[in-house]
Amino acid sequence: MTRISLTVDGASVSDDVEPRMLLVQYLRERLGKTGTVIGCDTSNCGACTVHLNGTSVKSCNVLAVQADGAEVTTIEGLASDGRLHPVQEAFRECHGLQCGFCTPGMIMQSVALLQENPKPSEEEIRLGLEGNLCRCTGYHNIVRAVQHASGQGEEVTA
Amino acid sequence: MTATVERPTEAKEIGRERRRKEDQRLITGRTRWTDNITLPGMLHMAMVRSPFAHAKITSIDTGAAAQATNVVAVLTGADLAETQGACINAWAITTDQVTPAHPPLPADRVTFAGEIVAVVVARSAAEARDAAELVDVSYDELPAALDLKEAAEATADNGGVLAHPDLGTNKSALWQFDSEQAGTGGSVDEAIDKARSEGIVIEREYRQQRLIPAFMEPRSVVVDPTGEQITMWSATQIPHILRFALAATTGVPESKIRVIAPDVGGGFGGKLQQTPEEMIAFAVARRLGKPVKYTETRSESLMSGHHGRDQWQTLTLAATKDGTVTGLKVDLLADLGSYVALVGGGVPVLGAFMFNAIYKFPAYQFNCQTVFTNKTWTDAYRGAGRPEATYAIERLMNELAAEVGMDPLEVREKNWIRHEEFPFTTVAGLEYDSGNYEAATARAKELFGYDELRAEQKRRRDSGDPVQLGIGVSTFTEMCGLAPSRVLGSLNYGAGGWEHASVRMLATGKVEVITGASAHGQGHETAFSQIVADRLGVAFEDVEILHGDTQISHKGLDTYGSRSLVVGGEAVVRAADKVIEKARPIAAHLLEASVDDLEFSGGRFSVKGTDQGMAIGEIATAVFAAHNLPDGVEPSIDSEATYDPVNFNFPHGTHLCAMEVDTETGALKMRKYVCVDDIGNIVNPLIVSGQVHGGLVQGIAQALWEEAVYDDSGTLVSGSFVDYLLPTAADTISFDIDHTTSPATTNSLGTKGVGEAGTIASTPAVVNAVVDAVRHLGINDIQMPCTPERVWKAINGAGGGGTADTEGAAMPHFDQAEPGQDSTEGAGQ
Repeated sequence: MTRISLTVDGASVSDDVEPRMLLVQYLRERLGKTGTVIGCDTSNCGACTVHLNGTSVKSCNVLAVQADGAEVTTIEGLASDGRLHPVQEAFRECHGLQCGFCTPGMIMQSVALLQENPKPSEEEIRLGLEGNLCRCTGYHNIVRAVQHASGQGEEVTA
Repeated sequence: MTATVERPTEAKEIGRERRRKEDQRLITGRTRWTDNITLPGMLHMAMVRSPFAHAKITSIDTGAAAQATNVVAVLTGADLAETQGACINAWAITTDQVTPAHPPLPADRVTFAGEIVAVVVARSAAEARDAAELVDVSYDELPAALDLKEAAEATADNGGVLAHPDLGTNKSALWQFDSEQAGTGGSVDEAIDKARSEGIVIEREYRQQRLIPAFMEPRSVVVDPTGEQITMWSATQIPHILRFALAATTGVPESKIRVIAPDVGGGFGGKLQQTPEEMIAFAVARRLGKPVKYTETRSESLMSGHHGRDQWQTLTLAATKDGTVTGLKVDLLADLGSYVALVGGGVPVLGAFMFNAIYKFPAYQFNCQTVFTNKTWTDAYRGAGRPEATYAIERLMNELAAEVGMDPLEVREKNWIRHEEFPFTTVAGLEYDSGNYEAATARAKELFGYDELRAEQKRRRDSGDPVQLGIGVSTFTEMCGLAPSRVLGSLNYGAGGWEHASVRMLATGKVEVITGASAHGQGHETAFSQIVADRLGVAFEDVEILHGDTQISHKGLDTYGSRSLVVGGEAVVRAADKVIEKARPIAAHLLEASVDDLEFSGGRFSVKGTDQGMAIGEIATAVFAAHNLPDGVEPSIDSEATYDPVNFNFPHGTHLCAMEVDTETGALKMRKYVCVDDIGNIVNPLIVSGQVHGGLVQGIAQALWEEAVYDDSGTLVSGSFVDYLLPTAADTISFDIDHTTSPATTNSLGTKGVGEAGTIASTPAVVNAVVDAVRHLGINDIQMPCTPERVWKAINGAGGGGTADTEGAAMPHFDQAEPGQDSTEGAGQ
């Protein structure tokens, strides 16, 4: 067991973990951060994407011990003061989700993408989300959501 | 106590692009996936699975695993014996169907690679998985039946390999339909004979490759045996059917079992199953008296969750020389895998009525042989039987067009049912209630720029451009809204096709609606709220949709076959209407008016010719108090309805796809995709668009990317997301979708199903486009998935057509005999 201390969604946490424990397992099993999910075992699907010190990572591909001293943000820490993050709001507005299982990872990756490139083209969005699989939406409305969040979307009427 | 109910505005909810109610929790991670559930004292299971496709289990040594840290139990098929129940087949498609017993945890023999042979139970999932490695199973490997065609021919006498040697055959059932015998049309053999002498006969063999549903949430199950009921949470599409199957095969009374499908992360038919894992979890929890959880890995999911498609289709289409179809004969071989799954052989039968599609065939015959192999079982995958049928006929219509030298849309128009001919009884015996193929096609051509793209195609062809353009067409229809119970009965299906709903009018004016259709991403909470808000005239926000828990939704037949809206939604409508009728005499009493003088509109009973009235919510409050009700009237306006559809439901549409094919490399690029679907009246256009987009990509993926591949020893090679090619955002394009509207005449809302439409329609549109791009090179087929390699081989005369198999193993990335190379360098090439 190794002692790790880190910040997750703004809260300081500290635990003894097995060296082999994955960050995603730590988040889910120790912290109850079940908003972050596991969709595969080969780091293809991206459902477990979180931010580690501000950069998106697939948390199945990071050991919990590697996050010692780091700041982790999950889908559960994205909204602040009861207000949705603009990307969360855009996914809802543009129907960028159906079953919602890929959504936490897809949103976290989209946030990271827009941090790097605030006005991406459609092609840049598609390439930027290549590491996140969705089986429901056909990606069409996910792309619209990212465009919308970047202020490039068409006006959507309710 | 008073409840304030605002009179709803006149703006109708149906037709509005309501943002989804369910999204708030999904976008903030406030989700309840089965794997999120943790109970006090909960134990975790790991499965030991067979590495062999077919083998006798000679011994299982569980000693070392049982001694491992925090292991509670290691159990085999012999240990669980009959307490494990059985996996059932609900649809023996013929009365003499051969159906092998399917124990969830077999004791003596495994029949596919991935079948469970032992289960390890430990205090943590990691410890269970570690200990599973210590279970020592000895096998005697048996020959495995792997090739579908060879399996169909094998018998005990001819030395062929049998998936179940004790059965003496790999053939499960032969299901046939003949229009002459059924009295719905003429003799197909006569039609073909006549066409051979004086018309056109198109004969083709198409492969429907094996696919994997690949929902994003791996299957997970939690069983809690503490308390009076045994509660199972499962990532399933079918909590009600699952409860029935648990009770029927374990002897536990149905009333002692509660099944909950919490948030379920996609299904696409893949979670329409009663799984061995669920049965084992149920048995282990009962045996140990403690809650247990099992969550599969992705590899386990791809290997052991049921697969879809997997057919060989032999097709004969007869036509006159002017391109008028005169007959269609379909011979299918359908791979069941090693067991007959829940719907199993019924999947190809669901396609039996759809090969004739929108065309006026005078004669039709369908023969389907279901066959066992030592592969993962097959069952429903989005479309279930209808994509296979649609693929075959839409490919054939293009072949016919090429043969007679007509535009593929013209040859379709020559043969399709004209809009004034509805309702139309088809050669397969179905009555199509409504449709307008002309309108959908005209709109699709306009959106697509059909004539301009045809002109560009001609320019590229004339100039010998290495990048050729192909235009693909698919004018599909499907039967959905499963299903009229009588029809299911006539097909020997084990259950009905009705759906149940109830509406509870709460004292505070809120409305709870319970549906037996269990959503897993479709947006029932939103769409059904819109329906009820309109029907009862209450606020959209005041409606709560409850589903997916057999103790709340006690009656239901779940979600599949594009049935939720057209069957489940109709049940909701009828339950809501009953609420109004129950409230009417109470309103009359409270308003001191005659029932005949009341009218109900906008959620309010009003006395004609006066300004007196009461909102339905106010009546609910008065009924709750029950201080002043008419004599003999019960204090409740809650209502329920069980709706059995009178017919299937027939969405249709025209899909047009433009593909660029690089004839030098075989590379493919989708240029444009347009679809105009007629799904009747639309409740929520936003949700519909999502269903269409997602459906399209699943169908496109069959055409271009996905295939479950086995090696020659029966191991699934495409057993991870590294190898099973799900499309990404970078592989796909934005789509142009639109709708025409021919309301269904068989339900109150005039709606048609949309969940499967995109998948059913898109596969042939894409392949027709690929073939169209290279037809001038003498190519009339490329087997799916149309990989660049297959396209290149087809162009270069090296196969790639009807019979080219996907390589069963990865090709070496470099030539080991060549000096100076290394694998890293080669792998990047």
